[in-house]
Amino acid sequence: MSTSDGWEVTIGLEIHVQLKTSTKIFSGASIKFGAEPNTQACAIDLGMPGVLPAVNAEVYPKAVAFGLAVGAKISMISVFDRKNYFYPDLPKGYQITQMDYPIVQGGQVDIPLPSGAVKTIHITRAHLEEDAGKSLHEDFHGMTGIDLNRAGTPLLEIVSEPEMCSAAEAVAYAKYIHQLVTYLGVSDGNMSEGSLRCDANVSIKRTGESELGTRTETKNVNSFRFLERAILFEIDRQISVLENGGRIIQETRLYDPDKDETRPMRSKETATDYRYFPEPDLLPVCIDEAYIQAIRETMPELPNDKKTRFQHEYGLSGADATTLTGSVDLADYFEQVAASGGNPRLAANWVRVELLGKLNSEGLQLSEAPVNAKQLGEIVTRINDNTISGKIAKRVFDALWSGEATSTDEFIEVQGLQQVSDSSELEPVVDAIIAANPKQAGQYRSGKTKLLGFFVGQVMKETGGKANPQQVNQIVKSRLEDAG
Amino acid sequence: MPHKRTITGLKTALEAGEFSAEELTRHYLDRIADPSNQYNAYITVTEEAAIQGARRADQERAEGLPGLLNGIPIAHKDIFCTKGIKTSAGSMMLDNFIAPYNATVVEKLFEAGAVMLGKTNMDEFAMGSSNENSYYGNVANPWDPGRVPGGSSGGSAAAVSAGLCAAATGTDTGGSIRQPAAFCGLTGIKPTYGRISRWGMIAFASSLDQAGPLTRTAEDAALMLEVMAGYDNRDSTSIDANVPEYTRILGNSIKGLRIGLCREYFEEGLDSTSEQLILDAILVLENLGAIISDVSLPNSRHCIPAYYVIAPAECSANLSRYDGVRFGYRCESPADLDDLYKRSRSEALGEEVKQRILVGAFTLSAGYYEAYYRKAQQIRRLIKNDFQAVFENVDILLGPTTPGPAFKIGEKAGDPISMYLQDIYTIASNLAGLPAMSVPAGMNAGLPVGFQLIGNYLEEGRLLNTAHQFQQQTDWHQMFPPQGDA
Repeated sequence: MSTSDGWEVTIGLEIHVQLKTSTKIFSGASIKFGAEPNTQACAIDLGMPGVLPAVNAEVYPKAVAFGLAVGAKISMISVFDRKNYFYPDLPKGYQITQMDYPIVQGGQVDIPLPSGAVKTIHITRAHLEEDAGKSLHEDFHGMTGIDLNRAGTPLLEIVSEPEMCSAAEAVAYAKYIHQLVTYLGVSDGNMSEGSLRCDANVSIKRTGESELGTRTETKNVNSFRFLERAILFEIDRQISVLENGGRIIQETRLYDPDKDETRPMRSKETATDYRYFPEPDLLPVCIDEAYIQAIRETMPELPNDKKTRFQHEYGLSGADATTLTGSVDLADYFEQVAASGGNPRLAANWVRVELLGKLNSEGLQLSEAPVNAKQLGEIVTRINDNTISGKIAKRVFDALWSGEATSTDEFIEVQGLQQVSDSSELEPVVDAIIAANPKQAGQYRSGKTKLLGFFVGQVMKETGGKANPQQVNQIVKSRLEDAG
Repeated sequence: MPHKRTITGLKTALEAGEFSAEELTRHYLDRIADPSNQYNAYITVTEEAAIQGARRADQERAEGLPGLLNGIPIAHKDIFCTKGIKTSAGSMMLDNFIAPYNATVVEKLFEAGAVMLGKTNMDEFAMGSSNENSYYGNVANPWDPGRVPGGSSGGSAAAVSAGLCAAATGTDTGGSIRQPAAFCGLTGIKPTYGRISRWGMIAFASSLDQAGPLTRTAEDAALMLEVMAGYDNRDSTSIDANVPEYTRILGNSIKGLRIGLCREYFEEGLDSTSEQLILDAILVLENLGAIISDVSLPNSRHCIPAYYVIAPAECSANLSRYDGVRFGYRCESPADLDDLYKRSRSEALGEEVKQRILVGAFTLSAGYYEAYYRKAQQIRRLIKNDFQAVFENVDILLGPTTPGPAFKIGEKAGDPISMYLQDIYTIASNLAGLPAMSVPAGMNAGLPVGFQLIGNYLEEGRLLNTAHQFQQQTDWHQMFPPQGDA
C-alpha cells in the first residue's frame, strides 16, 4: 500500500456463501460443479412460462445454524422478495431474495487479527437467495453465451457492518466466515468453485473526520488474495483521486486479477431501481422456537470454542491452537494424534511442523496426506516412550510418507532404529570420543562448556542417531567433569 | 344433439353405450370445423391428440376403469401449458412457444379421462374483460356475434356456450371466469385461492390468479372442480386440504341458508333489467327456504383502485421473463442487448399488456412503493376483514356478476375506466381469495345475465349446492344460443 497517512479506511463485506445442498433452492435440479453448460437447468431455472418456485427445505437449517453460531436473532417469519432487473443470465427477470425480513438478523463474530489481537465485527443480516447464471463472453464471436447451471443455486448472503479498517482485517474476517461456514457444514467453502464470493464496500475519510466517505462496491471477488489486492488497490485509488482534488463516485467495480486493478462495471448494470416487492409465489417462512432449539442441539463445536478447549485441554499455545483449529478436519486429525500419542504438545508440534510443512511444500490437501493420524500417533508414541529420538522419528515419518514403510513399529524394528538409552552401551562410546578429542576436552574443562554440544554430536554421529540425546548429554557431562 | 347435453348427461350416454368417446369427440371436432360455428373460440384445435385421447378413454371404459370424466370433450384456456402443444397465452410473444410440460390442471383432467379438443382464445396474458386484447383476434359471443364473450376466458366461454366442447378451463384474476360465464349464459366458478394448483398456468398476477371451470350447470362445475382441485407441492400457495366429492353435496336443502345481499353492489352502475333478474333469482332462493338479509362491504369502492395497483405490479415482474433470450419472440437482428430487450418486448406484447407493465413498474419504483403498492396491500387487508365480518352473520353473499349484459365489440375500446368497471363486482373475491361463482339468472333483451355467489374460504361446496338448487327450479342454464342451434 502506498501511504495512507492521514486517511482512515472503512470496509464492509457482503459474503455470498453457497449452501451445501443436493439441489437448487427453488427447483430439483442438481448443483454439482463442473457439468456441461445448461445441463443442470430445469424448466424452473429457465424461468419457463407457468413454472413456480418451491423452497428446498434443506436451506433453512443451514441459515439458522449460521445465525445461531454468530449469536443472531433468527426471524420467526422471514419473507422472500423479488428483486427486478433485466440481464440475460437472470432468467425470470427478477432474483428471489429476502429484503425486508431476512432469516438472520444481527449477530457478531470475534476474529483473530494477524497481530494476534481479536476484533469484534458485527453482522447486519444474512438472507437466503438464489444465484444467477453465468454469462460467457469469450468463445462466442461477438455474442454472449449463457450457462444457467448456476441459476437457482442456494446462497446465504452475509452482510457485515462497515467495521473493518484495513485489507488485512477484511481478509481476516472473510477467512473467519469461511472457517465458520465450513465448520457448520453450511457450505463446502470451495472458493475456486465459487462457493464463497465477496463484495467489498470500501470508503476512505480524512483521519478524525466523523462522516464516512463515499463508498465503492467491488463485486464477486473469489479468493482471499484477490480480496486483499482489490481492497488495497481501491484504497490507493481513492486516496489518489481525493488527493488530486477529485470526487469518489458511488459505483460498482470489478477486480481484474490479471491487471491487479478494479474497474467500474458498465453503468447500466448499476444504476437500477430494483423495485423489490414480496414474492407472491412463496408464502412467508415461519420458524418456531422448537425448530431453532433442535438445530441448536445439533450444532458442532465452533472454531473459537475449539481453540479455547485446545489451549486448556492440551496446554497448547494460542498460536498452535489457532493453527490446529483452522479446519474441522485438521482439528480432528490433531485430536487423534494427541489421543494415541500420549503427549498432546508433542503431537501438536508434529502436526503443525512436520505434517503441515510437508503438505505445504508438496501442495497437498490434508485429505491427501499419505500419513494418517493413526500412523502419526504411533510415531509420537514412540518418541514419547523414548523408543526413538525426534531425529529418527523424522526418518520414520519420511518413510511412511514415501511409502517405504507402512508401520512405524515394524520399520523401527527392521531398521534397528530403537534408541539406545542403556548407559553401559553408551559409556564406552563417550569415553572413546573424549579420548579421541583431548584438545576439546581440555578446553571444556577450562570453562568452555559450550563444547558439550560438540561431544554429544560426535556420540550421536557414532551411534547413527540412535543414542538417547538426554542420556548422552548426561554421560558426557559427568565424564568430562569427573575427570576434571 | 349430444353437444347440448351436460357432462352428467354425456356420462350417462357414454356409460349406456349410446355413443363412444371417439364418436362424441368427432362430433365436437366436426362442430368446431363447421363454418356456421365460427366464433374464433379456439387458438389451436388438437384434432389428433383428441382422437387419441378419446380412444384411450374408450379403452379404459372397456377395461372397466373409466375416470370421473371419461370421454368428456373439453377445452383448455391457452394459458395452461400443454406438453408438445403451442401454449400462447393469447400473445404474439408466445406464438412459437411449445410447452415442454403439462400444467397440473391439464394433467389431472387427462388422468380423469377428459379429452382435450384444443386451446381456447383469451385476452393476452389474461389481461382484459372482452377478449379484444388477443393476438389471435376477437372472439364472438354466440348469443350475438357482434358482442364480446367477456374476458379474459372469452374463448372458453364461447366454446362451451356454442357447444364446441362440453366444458372448458379458465382462469380468474379479477373476474375472468365469472364475467364471461355471465355474458355467455354459463356457470363458472373461481374457487378459493390455492384450491387449484397454479403449476403450469402462465402467471398474470400470482396472488390473484386462480383456475376454475366454465360449464353449463352447477353439477358439471362440481364434477370439473372435483378433478381440478387439490394440493400440489409444486405450487407453494396451494392449499393442503381434502377435496370433497362436490357432487355428493348437491342434494342438500338450502332451507335456513343465510344469504347476504351486499348493499354496495346494488347501487348506481347496475343495469336495471339485470338488477330485476337478480332480484327474481333471490326470490327463487327465498322460496327454497333461504334467509335473505342486507349486508355491507364498506371498502368495496376501494377494490378497483387496489386491484389496478396489485395486479399490474405483479404482472410487471411476471412478464419480465419474456425478454427474447430463451424462448418466445425475438426481434430481427438486434443491434445489442438493450435493443434485443426493447424491440422484442415492444413488438410482441400488446398495448394493454404494455400499459399494465408500465403501471406496475411505476407503482413499485422507489419513492412510489409506499404510496401505491403498500397502500393497496393495506386496502386488500381491509377488504378481507370486511368479508370476514360479514361471514359472521351470513353463509354466502349474492349480487350481480357484471354491471350489464355483453357489450358490443369495440364499444369500450379506448375507454379503459369503463372496461375496468366491468370487474367491479368480481374483483373483491380475488383480492380476498374467496370462492365465487356466476350462475345464469335470465335473459336481458336476448342476452344472458348472471348472478354471483361468494362464499367463505373452501366453501365451494356450499356455492355449488346453492347454484344447483337454483338450477333445479329454473331453466336459464338450459338455454342455447340461437346460432348454434342447428
